[in-house]
Amino acid sequence: MSQTSAGASPAGTAAGRVPAVAAYGIEKQYGQVRALRSASFEAFPGEVTALVGDNGAGKSTLVKCLAGVIQPDAGRIQVAGRDVVMHNPVQANGFGIETVYQDLALAPDLDAAANVFLGRELRRWKVLHNAKEMRRRTAESFAQLGVGMVQDLRVPVASFSGGQKQSVAIARAAMWAKNVILMDEPTAALGVIQTKKVLELIERVRDSGLAVVFISHNLPQVLEVADRIEVMRLGARVARFSRDDEGLTVDRLIASISGAYRNEPETGSENGQGAAA
Amino acid sequence: MSDEAKTAVELVAEQRTDAEKAAVQQQADALVEGAGISVDKAATVWQRLMGTQATFTFVALLALVIGFSVMGAGKFNTGSNFVNLAQNVAILTVLSMGATFVIVTAGVDLSVPSAVILGEVFAVKALSFVTVGDGTGVDVSGENTTATLLLVALAGSLFAGLTVGLINGFVVGYLKVPALIATLGTLGAGLGVAYLMQNGVNVATYALAPVATGQLIPGLPNLVLVAVFVALGSGVLLHLSVFGRHTYAIGSNEEAARRSGIKVERHLLKVYAFAGLMSGLGGYLSVAYFSTTSVAGHSTDNLNAITAAALGGTSLFGGIGTIVGTVIGVWIPAVLNNGLIIVGVQAYWQLVVVGFVLILAVWSDQLRRRSRSRR
Ligand SMILES: Nc1ncnc2c1ncn2[C@@H]1O[C@H](COP(=O)(O)OP(=O)(O)O)[C@@H](O)[C@H]1O
Ligand SMILES: [Mg+2]
Repeated sequence: MSQTSAGASPAGTAAGRVPAVAAYGIEKQYGQVRALRSASFEAFPGEVTALVGDNGAGKSTLVKCLAGVIQPDAGRIQVAGRDVVMHNPVQANGFGIETVYQDLALAPDLDAAANVFLGRELRRWKVLHNAKEMRRRTAESFAQLGVGMVQDLRVPVASFSGGQKQSVAIARAAMWAKNVILMDEPTAALGVIQTKKVLELIERVRDSGLAVVFISHNLPQVLEVADRIEVMRLGARVARFSRDDEGLTVDRLIASISGAYRNEPETGSENGQGAAA
Repeated sequence: MSDEAKTAVELVAEQRTDAEKAAVQQQADALVEGAGISVDKAATVWQRLMGTQATFTFVALLALVIGFSVMGAGKFNTGSNFVNLAQNVAILTVLSMGATFVIVTAGVDLSVPSAVILGEVFAVKALSFVTVGDGTGVDVSGENTTATLLLVALAGSLFAGLTVGLINGFVVGYLKVPALIATLGTLGAGLGVAYLMQNGVNVATYALAPVATGQLIPGLPNLVLVAVFVALGSGVLLHLSVFGRHTYAIGSNEEAARRSGIKVERHLLKVYAFAGLMSGLGGYLSVAYFSTTSVAGHSTDNLNAITAAALGGTSLFGGIGTIVGTVIGVWIPAVLNNGLIIVGVQAYWQLVVVGFVLILAVWSDQLRRRSRSRR
């Protein structure tokens, strides 16, 4: 059914390099649904790693494990080569990992600066927030990142367009991330120009040396910006590609997403594949 | 990750050339100024103000005051009438501060009456433990009261209110029982406890009178002073403190707040505890003002506080609300009531008008929400 490339290590693995963030053998079960079945993943500094796969493949679940939002039932998560356990997103933040969630996780009634500093407010006299300084730093970061879409830092983000909200969420991640930025479908709801801006933002962050992980269903877009691509299917990694692999085409990606192609060995715990929920 | 590691933004900034840095700084300055949007800055400030419910209610209040000042000239628009009004709304102002915080978290507190009455009961109980001269603290007249008595009673009231608030906060925050039911439960239970403690009988005392009718500032009853102080403090807490900002965040998007590291459960506990404290203080002020407990009274205090907050633009869906708005919302029914009596109309019309204005206010809040989420 699925073919496994014989012999040498799979394409897209980088021998000798230490991943900024990695997951090995992750299991996650929701009731009857096995969302992750011995899933593995690696992302390296200074690279955009695209995570692709069909709906329900487990991409969001995996990213949430890396973000500390949910805890895997089994498996190891490593940051910069060291095993870590993260019980909540704040601990992930402590490891330099920031996340742009699929549902954005902005507080719509707060303005952009308040959202960017939510939970990490700058203070005056211990208990008061320093709104002015937070606004100033937000403006500076937005300018640095070329987030030109946001024009007013004092209106609630509820009145922003999808692209503006997305920019705020990404800028917030970039303002705090020291290691990895995880983005779950950051361009899914955007128009052409907004998407282009977000991709530029992704590349700028990548060029700064961080690891960028992004989930997308837009395969041409993935081929455009990703340095490496990891493909998930039914809760496990089935293929890895790197930018300069020959034979890396949209068709090849589609084949691996649909199960017709794989270059990863099957792991033992994947056995129940046929009876997937 | 070492602490010295730089963030993505800092790293991006380092790669910039000097020319780019200047351009970036210019953009940042423009953003801070808000120059991006406002060719005419005054216009946008005006638009922003017009968009808020508080402005709408303030204009309504202003219209009422002007209207009654014309129709009841010489009676309504006198200094003594305004002081009288301020005294009438003082206790509700205090209660509404708690309601505003709770509603901003997308919650509700129906237990206000029980916390107020328990605040009253515990004030007089505390007084009765302190003996003064031959009798008990309860028997003391206003002239002979002492600071100790005032503080002992205050401690009793605050303890009672805080207890009710902590129970509410624990049940809503940690047990995740909907606030409507949780506080309905403590409303009933609290009233029961108060009746049991008092056997349904009220206790009169003049010991606390100076708190209400005394005048630290000549011409201004202390009761009003306390209300002003509490409102200012609440304003600072809600609008200028990190605590207030987290309160908005939880009401706006609880999951976002949680992922940002805000301890949502603990914060809700604190918010309901604050509301309980305000109710307890309300009970204290009530004993001071009326010189008696009123175990059968206060039954609509919860609804009045919610009305004030909603009239003032606090959204029942959470995330939106201002202290100024709530204060205006407190005054509207009071001014209507007072003005109608003065111009010789049945004051019951106040109930009718406020009822419909409340519906109108919440409807317009919903319209605004719908129109903005359409974008
Ligand atoms: N909170 C949850 N409760 C129950 N099932 C879930 C939950 N989150 C995800 N799942 C299930 O896990 C599987 C993987 O979901 P997800 O990670 O969201 O996939 P993807 O992001 O790749 O589309 C799906 O079958 C989904 O229904
Ligand atoms: Mg998903």
